[in-house]
Amino acid sequence: MKSAILVFPGINRERDMARALKLISGHEPAMVWHAETALPAGTDLVVVPGGFSYGDYLRCGAIAARAPIMDAVRAYAAKGGLVLGVCNGFQILCEAGLLPGVLMRNARLKFICHDVHLRVERSDTPFTRGYNAGQVIRVPVAHGEGNYEADEETLKRLEGEGRVLYRYCSPEGVVDEAANINGAAHSIAGIVNEAGNVLGMMPHPENHVEDIMGCTDGRGLFAGLTAHLERAA
Amino acid sequence: MSDVKARVTVTLKTGILDPQGKAIEGALKSLGVDGIASVRQGKVFDIELAGADRGKAEAALKEAADKLLANTVIENYRVELL
Repeated sequence: MKSAILVFPGINRERDMARALKLISGHEPAMVWHAETALPAGTDLVVVPGGFSYGDYLRCGAIAARAPIMDAVRAYAAKGGLVLGVCNGFQILCEAGLLPGVLMRNARLKFICHDVHLRVERSDTPFTRGYNAGQVIRVPVAHGEGNYEADEETLKRLEGEGRVLYRYCSPEGVVDEAANINGAAHSIAGIVNEAGNVLGMMPHPENHVEDIMGCTDGRGLFAGLTAHLERAA
Repeated sequence: MSDVKARVTVTLKTGILDPQGKAIEGALKSLGVDGIASVRQGKVFDIELAGADRGKAEAALKEAADKLLANTVIENYRVELL
């Protein structure tokens, strides 16, 4: 797997992401500076990591979404290339128009930094094939703006087309208001675009991949991507 | 041709939940400020354009708002030449 991690000023999770990708895929990812205009040849996964690009000025992800490298990412995604955005990366992908909707301020106005449970809604996608449908995983979140919102029409399409891949839930897998940490519409934690090759999610699977982290539930996402790409190759 | 000063105001669309506005509203009510019914928070950008005529300035500001200053999924904007 040849992955490329985008690096913007203010991003701070790129090394966690690189470590997880190296550990699980066996290949060192390329770090790609935002001012570049092309992705490394042969890239088969682009990752937009978490952090606080441009200090969250204007709107979270708004300025990074207009960086030169994003034109290359748009062209790459249009050709079906896999793109994964985590946390600020999810916000950047929404601002860039690669995913619908927007991440608003958390409904209870607090920055949330703790483990959450996610229900994996389906297993037949490159981003979830390392899990079973309905499986509950535990991964951390760390965000102040993770409250996913979109207009009714968009939400209907996301649900109808099975594009919600991850939802906040209780440890038992129950999706309800109590488990919906940030007030997101339909408890959405992660969605894909229409073609299914661009995933944005608020939680950080890259931070639950080694025993020393106390949990390895995040491995499935990267293992699934690696298996998908090896099969395609 | 002269310098043009302008103001772009960005506001949340109706129906979009504004937790920050709600918190400010709550604070104003607890301060006992009379008659506060509701608060919505927005953004103001004061922009100077060098050597632009007013027609071009307005077009440039609209472009700025559409491309960056506002997220038109959730926000409206208004351009005023001062």
